[in-house]
Amino acid sequence: MSLLELDDLSVTYRIASGEVPAVRGVSLTLDSGAALGVAGESGSGKSTLAMALLRLLPRDARVGGRILLGGEDIAAMKWGRLRAVRWAEASIVFQGAQHGLNPVRRIGEQIAEPILVHGLAKPDAAEKRVAELLGQVGLPAWRARSYPHELSGGQRQRVMIAMALACSPKLIIADEPTTALDVMVQAQVLTLIKDLVAEHDISLIMISHDLSVLADVCDRLGVMYAGRLVELGPSQEVFHDAKHPYSRALAAAFPTVGDPVSRLAPKGLGGDPPDPMDLPTGCPFHPRCPIALEECSTLDVKLWPAGDDRAAACVHVRAKEEAS
Amino acid sequence: MTETQAPADPAVTASSTLLEARDLHVEFSARGRRARAVDGVNLSIGAGEIVALVGESGCGKTTLARTLLGLERPTSGSVHYGGQPLKYGSKALKAYRREVQLVLQDPTGSLNPRHTVYEAVAEGPRIHGLPDEAEIVKSALSRAGLRPPERFLLRYPHELSGGQRQRVVIAGALALNPKVLVADEPVASLDASVRGEILALMLKLRDDLGLSALVVTHDLGLAWNIADRVAVMYLGRIVESGPVEQVLTAPRHPYTQALLSVLPESPERVVLTGEPPDPTRIPGGCRFHARCQVLASGKAAEAGVDARCRGELLDILPASAGTQAACYYADATG
Repeated sequence: MSLLELDDLSVTYRIASGEVPAVRGVSLTLDSGAALGVAGESGSGKSTLAMALLRLLPRDARVGGRILLGGEDIAAMKWGRLRAVRWAEASIVFQGAQHGLNPVRRIGEQIAEPILVHGLAKPDAAEKRVAELLGQVGLPAWRARSYPHELSGGQRQRVMIAMALACSPKLIIADEPTTALDVMVQAQVLTLIKDLVAEHDISLIMISHDLSVLADVCDRLGVMYAGRLVELGPSQEVFHDAKHPYSRALAAAFPTVGDPVSRLAPKGLGGDPPDPMDLPTGCPFHPRCPIALEECSTLDVKLWPAGDDRAAACVHVRAKEEAS
Repeated sequence: MTETQAPADPAVTASSTLLEARDLHVEFSARGRRARAVDGVNLSIGAGEIVALVGESGCGKTTLARTLLGLERPTSGSVHYGGQPLKYGSKALKAYRREVQLVLQDPTGSLNPRHTVYEAVAEGPRIHGLPDEAEIVKSALSRAGLRPPERFLLRYPHELSGGQRQRVVIAGALALNPKVLVADEPVASLDASVRGEILALMLKLRDDLGLSALVVTHDLGLAWNIADRVAVMYLGRIVESGPVEQVLTAPRHPYTQALLSVLPESPERVVLTGEPPDPTRIPGGCRFHARCQVLASGKAAEAGVDARCRGELLDILPASAGTQAACYYADATG
């Protein structure tokens, strides 16, 4: 059975000037132990998707469709059950670790908090568990007595990961976990995440704008544009041989050093991501698409099958599938 | 102390060099300690050349850029522009800033939200009292790729996308017809798909106007995308520099090798442990030795240089255009 199942998920924010559709009909499944990357730019709906998974959205957000975690409908959960699910079954690592930690409390207390709240251990045992968790994320046990400001950015992100692991969840959602970090520290944190999910058989959903990082850590990759999944498939295949022109552009935005094709030839897309309140008709990508056809401005695109275990929301893909 | 000031390479101090740092040191006092943010740097930028300055945060790359712009006074050493040492009088600096312009990372932070695009771009020409302000603004906007410029003149920053805002910032720099742009992480805060367009613009400005640029970044892919030459900085010093093709495909300094190895897609990873070290406590010997994977693996000992790595200060690299690395092991093994 799959651990997580999204069925036609949609999220709409109601603001003073109208409705903002942030996520528009996303369906996907995540098997236990699997790692899924979700890529997209700001405004693509990827962070809203992450927040929706644990019902962390603000009150003005309206959620449609279904989210099943371990077969249980998130929307139908009572408050107490939801509290138990957060941290213990699924936890989130946010970007910008300096805001996720309380500046006036020692990090040991902060890591112990979910363990104590969930009654998983008595204070003595919790202290031991904190030391063990710090060890798992590569920090010495005495760091439990430090305050957040005494740690570097990379160390704080490690603390956030230790907190996420504290109640041994089955799923970790990581929203841009390395965005604010330096290359070398980013490599340290990514290696840590990769090793931890493999060792503890945790499922992972990792969100980033950097396709190359996702392809490195995750086995499957979804690309979002204007609130929809526009491509889904095994990550190496999506990264190296994207079927959707937008995924291709994202992959090319982070060049491989040493690749003569990208030398002195930066590649980007013309235009800008669309305004969610004023989406283009037809395929939302058509105004920026280098290979758009006439019908793209009117055609309703869907995620069409695009070969073995792959799908893409592009008319060129549908044409090919129908021909074969 | 065996540390000596290496003479600048005569080949690059010739007429092609536009902007140059000569044995530059910049120190700050931080919590009662002396932080040597820039600790002896020779670097030259030729006319029409794009140089990428790469390194981790805290390595001193932004301080070096600010000093080259005259925003920071060197503790010792000097900045030369067009062969002349930079003067720090207010008149001299004002004239200098027509020639060398800064582009910052976050266009949202560097634009005044209550100024229109026109006001933002016209500020420079107005300060310098240039005639035909409106013409200058329009031509700068269209050179920065905002066409037709009339469509943008009266808009406010919040009405523009991130990529357009960065183009306005670049237009503001271009309005003074500078010879050099100093860009600090010019695309770090932009969306992935827009990034390439801004980088392509910088390449186009070089080709059309012969602009030189120093691009400060932690992103080696960016250097590969647009730079002619790259300088890798570690703890206040340039540890390796040279043409991009050579330094990024055949790095000689272990630090450069490690930085390249952690990029996604690279075959064998060298993840350095620990955080970037502290400029108030620069280690003796080679400043990288405590984190050096080559020294740790015993290869430096095999080459018989390990004692020097730990105890002997390295010479400061000259401002040479060729490939060079400040590393005893690289020198000993060729």
